[in-house]
Amino acid sequence: MSLHPLAIELLQLALLLGLAPAFAGWVKIVKCRLQGRTSPGLLQPYRDISRLFIKDVTLAEGASWIFRFTPYLIFGVTVLAGAIIPLVSTELPLADTADIIALVMLFAIVRFFTALAGMDIGTAFGGMGSSREMMISALAEPAMLMAVFTVSLTSSSTSLTRMVEVMSRGDFTIRPSMAFALIAFILVALAETGRIPVDNPATHLELTMIHEAMILEYSGRYLALIEWAGMMKLMLFFSLGIAAFTPWGIATSGEPLALLAGAALFILKLLLGGVIMVLIETSMAKMRIFRVPEYLGSAFLLATLGMIAFFILE
Amino acid sequence: MSHALVVQLNLLLAALILLTSFALLVQRRMFAILHIFAWQGFFLGVSTAIIGFATGVHHLYLSSLLTLVMKVILLPYILYKLILKLKIHREIESMMNVPTTMMIGIALVIFSYHLTEPIRQLSALMTRTTLAVALATVMLGLLMMVTRRHAVSQIIGFLAMENGLFFAATSATYGMPMVVELGVALDLLIAAFIFGIFFFHINTTFDSLDVDQMAKLKETD
Repeated sequence: MSLHPLAIELLQLALLLGLAPAFAGWVKIVKCRLQGRTSPGLLQPYRDISRLFIKDVTLAEGASWIFRFTPYLIFGVTVLAGAIIPLVSTELPLADTADIIALVMLFAIVRFFTALAGMDIGTAFGGMGSSREMMISALAEPAMLMAVFTVSLTSSSTSLTRMVEVMSRGDFTIRPSMAFALIAFILVALAETGRIPVDNPATHLELTMIHEAMILEYSGRYLALIEWAGMMKLMLFFSLGIAAFTPWGIATSGEPLALLAGAALFILKLLLGGVIMVLIETSMAKMRIFRVPEYLGSAFLLATLGMIAFFILE
Repeated sequence: MSHALVVQLNLLLAALILLTSFALLVQRRMFAILHIFAWQGFFLGVSTAIIGFATGVHHLYLSSLLTLVMKVILLPYILYKLILKLKIHREIESMMNVPTTMMIGIALVIFSYHLTEPIRQLSALMTRTTLAVALATVMLGLLMMVTRRHAVSQIIGFLAMENGLFFAATSATYGMPMVVELGVALDLLIAAFIFGIFFFHINTTFDSLDVDQMAKLKETD
């Protein structure tokens, strides 16, 4: 017996929507442990989101439709991206709608509208955050594309499910290009999800904010949607990394048992990935914003080296 | 170890050598440069030993041992002592355009790949693919000597170039004759001593190891 592909798609979306806050909570727990603090617990993100949904929305004077429309767009596009990246099974009907380049562009749409919304209100911090975010994304995107292209070269396809199938089927070979691409991907993912060496997600100091500065004016259900989408984005970048570099154990059919095993393995990898990210975050300090081009430049270099290594060495 | 695995391991080490060359190119701190240089020597030594093992050319073991002793322990140690003695271990090189240097480096890698392509098609050795990396290491060392202004990092660039040549020899012909290798090793050691003496002289004359200061030596008319 095997499940209908549409059912798998829905299951995956449920997994993404349901688990993203828990994953954010897990990251926070590990971080608190490492820094010797008591953590708010796994369920705190759920409580935060539900509290924000109950609260009233306060809109700034002169907020245009962009400001009101952006949270829905961010949430919707993030969910769409979540429907494309294979988490537990490669049997995804929606996966064919977009390849990995379109996926990167989906994240770019989110960033574009967040930046627009940041400037829409006309506060100084919003504009500052938008301009910083645009600077970082302009540098992060080429590196991101180069890193995923290296994986595409190995599997000679830009379709994510195809890449996952080739990667999980292949026998064990040491690939220097993939190692380079993985390191580059980690560097870029830290920048894109606004984690520590580039941006501090927990900061309350407006002058150092990047992502937070853009959404400073949001409240109520708008903020809840943005926060939830942010958590999903974090989880999706992990999923993308898992799918592209370590997809072993993913289900390639609709068998319920295979799906269950795939889901268990996926969650295990996610937990492990969270720990690794926290280790990186706690062992580093946030860098000055003018060092970020150098940081992303080295990510681009590594990704390009991975690509070159593919041609020269493999 | 199977043949395929050996080839893959060698490729991985070649990739790591390339990575360390780039790291040398953009690293600003003195001790970090030394560490990366020692790592490069280590990867080079291991790669040589692996090639020796896979091909049965046993004198490669000896040159691997020589590399490990010279480039991982002896040369870094001498330079370490020098840096401490000259009190420049806290110095950070300024005036370096990292992104541009990296872009030029990438262009050099592609150029050396293009240059070694005919050899790659002619050769039947298992190490033929790493020749491009070896040439790239030479060029990146040269680029480091050109872009750096600090005498110590220029020397490291020079030594990295030598690493590249050694790697090229192992990947093109399974190593040079033993006599040549011993001679090169001895030369390097003596070079390190001479560098040391020069560092002292530069430092006492200009109170700095920035080679731009040497422009002062020019006679003005």
